[in-house]
Amino acid sequence: MRLIVNGQTHEVEAPADMPLLWVLRDIIGLTGTKFGCGKALCGACTVHLEGEAIRSCITPASAVAGKRITTIEGLTAAGDHPVQRAWTELDVVQCGYCQSGQIMSAAALLRRTPRPSDADIDSAMSGNVCRCGTYQRIRAAIHRAAELGEVKS
Amino acid sequence: MNARFDDTPLDPGRRRFLRGSAAGSTGLIIAFSVPLVGRRALAAAAPDAALPPPNAFLHIAPDDRVTVVLAHSEMGQGIWTSLPMLLAEELECDWSMVRAEHAPAAPVYASPMFHIQMTGGSTTTMSEFDRYREVGALARTQLVAAAARRFGVAPGACRVERGVVIAGEQRARFGELSSAAAQLPLPSAAVALKPRQDWTLIGKPTPRLDTAAKITGRAAFGLDARPAGVRVALVARAPVFGAKLRHFDAGAARKMPGVDAVVEVPTGVAVIGAHFWAAKTGRDALKLDWDLGPGAHFDSAAELAQYRKLARTPGSPAAMRGEAARALAAARSPIAAEYSVPYLAHATMEPLNCTVELGADHCRVTTGTQFQTGDQASAARILGFNLGQVQIVTAFLGGGFGRRANPVSDFVSEAVQVAKAARAAGHTAPVKVVWTREDDMHGGWYRPQFVHRMQAVLGSDGLPTAFTDRIVGQSIMAGTPFGAGMIKNGIDPVSVEGVVGSPYLEATPAYAVELHSPAAPVPVLWWRSVGNTHTAFAMESFIDELAHAAGRDPLEYRRALLGKAGAKRHLAVLERAAELFGWTKPLPPGHARGVAVHASFGSYVAQVAEVSLVDGKPRVHRVTCAVDCGIAVNPETIRAQMEGAIVFGLSAALYGAITIKDGRVQQDNFDTYPPLRMDAMPRIEVAIIDSGEKPGGIGEPGTPPIAPAVANALFVLTGKRLRDLPFQLA
Repeated sequence: MRLIVNGQTHEVEAPADMPLLWVLRDIIGLTGTKFGCGKALCGACTVHLEGEAIRSCITPASAVAGKRITTIEGLTAAGDHPVQRAWTELDVVQCGYCQSGQIMSAAALLRRTPRPSDADIDSAMSGNVCRCGTYQRIRAAIHRAAELGEVKS
Repeated sequence: MNARFDDTPLDPGRRRFLRGSAAGSTGLIIAFSVPLVGRRALAAAAPDAALPPPNAFLHIAPDDRVTVVLAHSEMGQGIWTSLPMLLAEELECDWSMVRAEHAPAAPVYASPMFHIQMTGGSTTTMSEFDRYREVGALARTQLVAAAARRFGVAPGACRVERGVVIAGEQRARFGELSSAAAQLPLPSAAVALKPRQDWTLIGKPTPRLDTAAKITGRAAFGLDARPAGVRVALVARAPVFGAKLRHFDAGAARKMPGVDAVVEVPTGVAVIGAHFWAAKTGRDALKLDWDLGPGAHFDSAAELAQYRKLARTPGSPAAMRGEAARALAAARSPIAAEYSVPYLAHATMEPLNCTVELGADHCRVTTGTQFQTGDQASAARILGFNLGQVQIVTAFLGGGFGRRANPVSDFVSEAVQVAKAARAAGHTAPVKVVWTREDDMHGGWYRPQFVHRMQAVLGSDGLPTAFTDRIVGQSIMAGTPFGAGMIKNGIDPVSVEGVVGSPYLEATPAYAVELHSPAAPVPVLWWRSVGNTHTAFAMESFIDELAHAAGRDPLEYRRALLGKAGAKRHLAVLERAAELFGWTKPLPPGHARGVAVHASFGSYVAQVAEVSLVDGKPRVHRVTCAVDCGIAVNPETIRAQMEGAIVFGLSAALYGAITIKDGRVQQDNFDTYPPLRMDAMPRIEVAIIDSGEKPGGIGEPGTPPIAPAVANALFVLTGKRLRDLPFQLA
């Protein structure tokens, strides 16, 4: 199958039911997208499909062949997306394992809703688990990213 | 190492470490020996261990880059930043040039407290506070000496500014001096450390050094290890604790696309494939026949009932003063309450995993571990290697919370067994054992189930005159290498920590604490704040009950008791958290507040929680938290750790329980073992009290107070005491 990831085309041989997550990680070698639950319960595997947040752990790669997929590695070349800048400014991360997914969810939210309310953040981000408990900083950083301006996907 | 693993092939003759940044031929290395005397158990287990490469904590490259080598593991708690801060405080380098990396496993990196290489017990800062500053001071002294020679002046004529040695008009950068400095003999006497008033980094909120890697997907966690040709293995493990494999049929599994091999290992059957999906579909196709054994009859609810019975019988004395039992027997109506807490999984975001590259006479293990010494020893034992043949590469940990410090190195040992069995079967490729979330949650090593039965008699002033606590629960330390040294007269100190040593006992004329440590087939382990997870819940709930019985305000009651005990640091955090909250300010209708204060790991934490009921369920709106951890090395980290510890404790208090029926763990994933999520996140405010005392721990002490603070608020709200975790409002 042909996957378009971060603007690059990959010809991949994989079982039809193999989740996108494992194609990204184990075949293409993009390990920034994380495995947390395998059942769309934690959001660690969040990537963008045509700009929208999806859970790659339950999405068969074959179902997204030919569509535009963006992972954390492709969000920006320099790590300077407003969400990433806000994350840095507010010292959000702890262990960091969930943060790729958090950032991808946050970036998708801001693309849709450039000035999200707390309720918007609750509804967009409650699918992303952080066992280190960085939620307060994530919330503040999303507000900050909104201030930092134009958010592109 | 902080961003990406290197991909050098396994090569026994030349370790990666030697070619990496921390050693090599140029630049200053500070060798620093810890005394061998007192090294215990595991560290002493293999005296034939080949010495590792230079015992180094610091490398200064010609381009001025300063690399600090960390003897402890970064699992979110922030030591990636705070240990370099300690060193750089004395080194006086340019902070923007500082980076960090994990040390390999080697005796020189043994914790000055534990004498083994391990991260746990919230000890990193307290144990390394002197050593990392001393390394920095030694290095600065050497660099100044090298500069003085070059300048032709006395060292005393030189000063250091942001990585530059200056004497009059002459200047030299650390990077220019490091090679020459490395040739100089180390000072014979200890180098004086800066007085506290001269600190410029310690105490300054400092952004984390690992952020850039962690927000771009570049940070290398254990699960991200991909040595050339790596295969992925999933292990089918016993469905109940203690079950034994009778036989298995791998015929169908071997036919699944991408499956390379199926091998038996002591913990079950490993299916090795080209990638996770191959290994998983292969594992799903296995036919396994287990002899379940007595574990199949285990029921955690029955165990809890048994614990409640045991709590009615005398246990081993853990602490006592006076005639508490007699005072209770004589009292007309002693106050009694029983508290229980369930088994809990750590549920780190990164499921367990371990990658093993096994050669004929060398093994490289890459994983996120809190326990390098034990893991290295376990791997060596399994392979019949000496320690020098086993290299441990510590990746970033996607959460630890205690799970990645396992006394029998369960996840590392198993992965080494898989690699060994695969190699014996002719498969020499590196192998990464990955646990699914379900594997991780079913895998045991839980916080043990505990019961406390507390009783007290109150005097005419309402303060307790007698107090007893019967504690029932599995010992964590028994059977570990630490048990022999720690368990005395049948008392595992971590089963009673937090009750024993409580200032409330100090303020009570007669008390008795007793312990039952029944055995159970469920493997148990330290879980963020260990014994304090249950002792603080029981004690701070009970004190609240006593305050209510005495008709006194719970804050004022604690104040009286702590004052009587002379517990100044407890009092200070209690007052600060209450003040920050506005203890006496009216709350919105339907809201209530509760307070708790607890000391653990050398630090003191008080929390006030504001709670309401939403759809009949507890909702925590706001938590104020005051912490005194002595010298606050990185206040930003301390605030973050308080926030995180509160979330961790709140997840457990609101939702957390591992239950076992017919030997089977009933929780599987984040649906049945729910964590706190964004929509339930309270607003948290943290105040740091600068007591100037020596540093205490910070990773764990924020967890114990939150469950009782919320329970105490729920009592105000509902009139019901919730004595069993997680909270159930019928």
